[in-house]
Amino acid sequence: MASMLLTSLRSSPLTSVQAAQFAARSLGTSVHLQAQAKSKKTLAKPGVKNIVLVDGVRTPFLQSGTIYADLMPHDLARAALQGLLNRTGLPKDAVDYIVYGTVIQEVKTSNVAREAALGAGFSDKTPAHTVTMACISSNQAMTTAVGLIAAGQCDAVVAGGVEFMSDVPIRHSRRMRKTMLSLNKAKTLGARLSLLGSIRLAHLAPELPAVAEFSTAETMGHSADRLAAAFGVSRLEQDEFALRSHTLAKKAQDSGLLSDVISFKVPGKDIVSKDNGIRPSTMEQMAKLKPAFIKPHGTVTAANSSFLTDGASAVLIMSEEKALAMGYKPKAYLRDFVYVSQDPKDQLLLGPTYATPKVLEKSGLTLNDIDVFEFHEAFAGQIMANLKAMESDWFAQTYMGRKTKVGAPPMEKFNSWGGSLSLGHPFAATGCRLVTTVAHRLQKEGGQYGLVAACAAGGQGHAMVIEAYPQ
Amino acid sequence: VKLFHVFIVFSFSCLLDVSSARTHVNYEIKGDVAVIRMNDPSVNTLSVQMQREMTEVMDEVWGNSAVQSVVLISSKPGSFIAGADLNMIQACTTAEEVTLLSQEGQKMFEKIEKSPKPIVAAINGSCLGGGLEFAIACQYRIATKSKKTVLGCPEVMLGLLPGAGGTQRLPKMLGLPSAFDMVLTGRSIRPDKAKKMGLVHQLVDTLGPGLKSPEERTIEYLEEVAVEAARGLAKKQIPLTKEKGLMQKIQDHVMSYPFVRQQIYNTVQKKVMKQTKGLYPAPLKIIECVKAGLEQGPTAGYLAESQNFGKLAMTPESKALIGLYHGQVTCKKNRFGTPEKEVKALAVLGAGLMGAGIAQVSVDKGIHTILKDTTLEGLSRGEQQVYKGLNDKTKKKSITTFERDSFLSNLTGQLDYNGFNKADMVIEAVFEDLSIKHKVLKEVEAVIPPHCIFATNTSALPIKDIAAVSKRPEKVIGMHYFSPVDKMQLLEIITTDKTSKDTTASAVAVGLKQGKVIIVVGDGPGFYTTRCLAPMLAEAVRVLQEGVDPKKLDSLTTGFGFPVGAATLADEVGIDVAAHVAEDLGKAFGSRFGGGNIEFLKSMVDKGFKGRKSGKGCYIYQPGLKRRDVNTEALEILESYKLTPNAAISSDSDIQYRLVSRFVNEAVLCLQEGILANPVEGDIGAVFGLGFPPCLGGPFRFVDSFGADKLVEKMRKFEEVFGNQFTPCQLLLDHAKDPSKKFHK
Repeated sequence: MASMLLTSLRSSPLTSVQAAQFAARSLGTSVHLQAQAKSKKTLAKPGVKNIVLVDGVRTPFLQSGTIYADLMPHDLARAALQGLLNRTGLPKDAVDYIVYGTVIQEVKTSNVAREAALGAGFSDKTPAHTVTMACISSNQAMTTAVGLIAAGQCDAVVAGGVEFMSDVPIRHSRRMRKTMLSLNKAKTLGARLSLLGSIRLAHLAPELPAVAEFSTAETMGHSADRLAAAFGVSRLEQDEFALRSHTLAKKAQDSGLLSDVISFKVPGKDIVSKDNGIRPSTMEQMAKLKPAFIKPHGTVTAANSSFLTDGASAVLIMSEEKALAMGYKPKAYLRDFVYVSQDPKDQLLLGPTYATPKVLEKSGLTLNDIDVFEFHEAFAGQIMANLKAMESDWFAQTYMGRKTKVGAPPMEKFNSWGGSLSLGHPFAATGCRLVTTVAHRLQKEGGQYGLVAACAAGGQGHAMVIEAYPQ
Repeated sequence: VKLFHVFIVFSFSCLLDVSSARTHVNYEIKGDVAVIRMNDPSVNTLSVQMQREMTEVMDEVWGNSAVQSVVLISSKPGSFIAGADLNMIQACTTAEEVTLLSQEGQKMFEKIEKSPKPIVAAINGSCLGGGLEFAIACQYRIATKSKKTVLGCPEVMLGLLPGAGGTQRLPKMLGLPSAFDMVLTGRSIRPDKAKKMGLVHQLVDTLGPGLKSPEERTIEYLEEVAVEAARGLAKKQIPLTKEKGLMQKIQDHVMSYPFVRQQIYNTVQKKVMKQTKGLYPAPLKIIECVKAGLEQGPTAGYLAESQNFGKLAMTPESKALIGLYHGQVTCKKNRFGTPEKEVKALAVLGAGLMGAGIAQVSVDKGIHTILKDTTLEGLSRGEQQVYKGLNDKTKKKSITTFERDSFLSNLTGQLDYNGFNKADMVIEAVFEDLSIKHKVLKEVEAVIPPHCIFATNTSALPIKDIAAVSKRPEKVIGMHYFSPVDKMQLLEIITTDKTSKDTTASAVAVGLKQGKVIIVVGDGPGFYTTRCLAPMLAEAVRVLQEGVDPKKLDSLTTGFGFPVGAATLADEVGIDVAAHVAEDLGKAFGSRFGGGNIEFLKSMVDKGFKGRKSGKGCYIYQPGLKRRDVNTEALEILESYKLTPNAAISSDSDIQYRLVSRFVNEAVLCLQEGILANPVEGDIGAVFGLGFPPCLGGPFRFVDSFGADKLVEKMRKFEEVFGNQFTPCQLLLDHAKDPSKKFHK
């Protein structure tokens, strides 16, 4: 703890001030803190159930095609679910419901939530369903859980998400599929032969899934590059931000802050207990890379983008009453949340800009009230563009119908344990990582309110306010 | 035009006055790159003023030792340079003057081409004609992927040729086949294609919202990328010549043989002759210029280009085509002002060919459209037509499948009047029968809100007859679309004396939104277009009866410049429709509309020969077969209506003038009677709706250039044989009497 405090002292003096604030508040003497007092003492609302995050875990996030390569998605999900059970000591039959997110679906396990739950040894009496909302799929899983509890239908729900990019469904071409399906129905040998004879070489070309918008056919990296250009984000700014992410992640990993990571014995391989995508480089090295999407003048490169990742995460969400009754010490309250959506072409990745002011307004807070920010880093250029958009009155007025800008989060409070750029981004698993990280950072760094925000394919976005559970 | 006379005088007198403030071109030095920005107060064209300022600026830039490279960019969001200044060319009275203009341009671009400091053309928006010639003289081209960015040489469509080096540089840059295609068709080339062809070196994406408006920021971004490229070129980090691919090398090698090139010239020449029947001089001159440049060297090539440019500018064909261009611009404006209420919800009655076509051109412009039919089969067919029309566009990649789906979401197909209470306009396209139209009008008026406009799509029924049963005739108007609606540009709007101005303004606004070129005419049997076409078709029938083969009739009409022959046109329109219209208009106008025997048409219909739609008409149509044979059964019917031709007026040329003069006379009569508001709309309607030869510029331009007196003389000769069908109308006689009278100034 002391060493951690020292680290934070070195890295940013402001954090220690917050730590002091937090200490002061927990002592209940907020008198001398009038100037920095929060807009609201708590976000608890009369007549509304308090819903808490009991704990959250995740498998190590690994670059796809590495140690997890031979698994299946539900294997990773199982690991996360089992890890959550181990971490919390939760009786398997105490869970009312399981919601799990995934983006690229393995067709064999299309309801991956159910397959993983059964495999993880949950009671076969616990129903499970799978949700999908691109990169905010596990956010959707969590808020679905919140909804179930708030509506009084459940008391304990496990939410999570899994993404497995080492293996994706590659399909036969439509023509080939059609022929193969007709083949099933063909009754005579003649009919079968004539169908087989209709196959042409071109029909054998497979269909690969692309990380591209269906509506615009534009890949996300291409859109991110255009977004960065629209906001005048330079290559240098992007590389600097990416380097920051990797440096902070490395520091967090080395100082053991990433306590949500569980160890996972991969069948046939060694035990994995660390993310393997954290690679702090140098600006010179990064400057050498060629643009990955827009050539030759683009600014988004492999080094300032999040990489394809395998990983799974899981959280235990309960009503406060139930958690306390079961003897848990919750980590945080899950408070207000919003989903937003906008033009999937030109504003594909601006979700955080739209979601942040909306969720703050909803909860009655201002940006200054937030002690901890965790934004999903899809691309360095996307984060920088969002920060610039949030700093712009013109953008707020012209495109968001707001009177003023919401303001950009102060960098010292922002993704200070790394982010998707460095830790990795298994699409549907990232949301739970963000929420768990906020809870952990609020505990470690001290602070009352945290904000999670993320963008997602389809031009959608999400934000959630998290309140520290009194220590 | 006057204004530009002034410009020329002005620029001559001020040629040495360098100190005069620049209004069209300015520049800024960014480090070692000069950024030259073009910003004509109206549209960027290569006007005298623009050229003068550009020359000044280029001299300053070349003389500045701090400048290593140059970026040329437009400050206008929608255009780089839209082309040469047409007025500048039209102001010239001799070919020599125009040749001089061309040579000025050639010289300027030669200097650009030989610039010791690399010049990057940064293109956003239209880069056409002279603009493209400017760009290809530069060392490097970067274009945005904006939908507004198009590159092309449309000069041929104005009867001209690219007169500032285009015919010389393009073949070298793109190879003969691509260059010929581009220069001879005048087609606009989109950025991705331009990159593939090698017309531009690099593409830049358009940007969405950022800290500035998307348009503004996109231009800025283009400039940033272009400045970087200019630096790279100056430092020789970016090579000026691309490594040629294998195919390119093979093509170049093949082209190095003179007989291969000769073969290409011959093939292209033949193709041009086949398509233009030799009626359009420009494409032939273009081939000549390209050939001169490649076979005799640049000096001969550039000389041929400038001289032919001068010659072409003086041809009646060019004047006719430029007239049509101006007319089209005029007919894309709403002379009735902005309507009180914008039409956002449209209902179309009848899901036939016309109704579905109208729906198609509405939904893709964002107008919510109800398509109503009386039967499920009819509705299904109509909805399929709309889907197919849009889906074909996705195949041509002009829209995405997502856009197709989102357009289709504007379409509601139904059998009842549900939702008509929210319609702003109803267009009925039901069967052409007065009693059915009356029934529909009454039904519709019972369900629509008071402000809703009732438009009727008819090709011949007088609007006032349809409006007779209306409770609100001021809201009734005619909107005559042409088939196929998604291809034909013209919309003829017909007003009665009771139609309110706001109703007209609204109908024009809807038509413009649908992308139409619009003429607004007065009410009467056949309005303007059908009324002109009917006498010509009556004459065509007579010609058939006189024993002229349908193929011969077609070649006579296309030989005169009509894109579609008269016999084919009758099949396209439908023999039944032609018979119907001929009968109606015959009743209304009497013997003047006579000629061929209507009974012949009726016999055809009785046999089921209704034209293309029934598979048989003058020709036999077989699905999938392009070749058409003459319908011998039709010829048998013709036998029983045979007429003996009068040898004095039956030469090929006589037959052509018999057909055309009746058309033209009727058009002039429409102007005389006030059906037409002006000759411009008359020309536009005839060319865009009926295929009147574009090289003649429309019936009115034709009278002006051919001479009213000569036309009257011909008509008198025919009148002696056929009587009042060829009696020239008073207005035509007035023009014949006084040669100074012209329809177009």
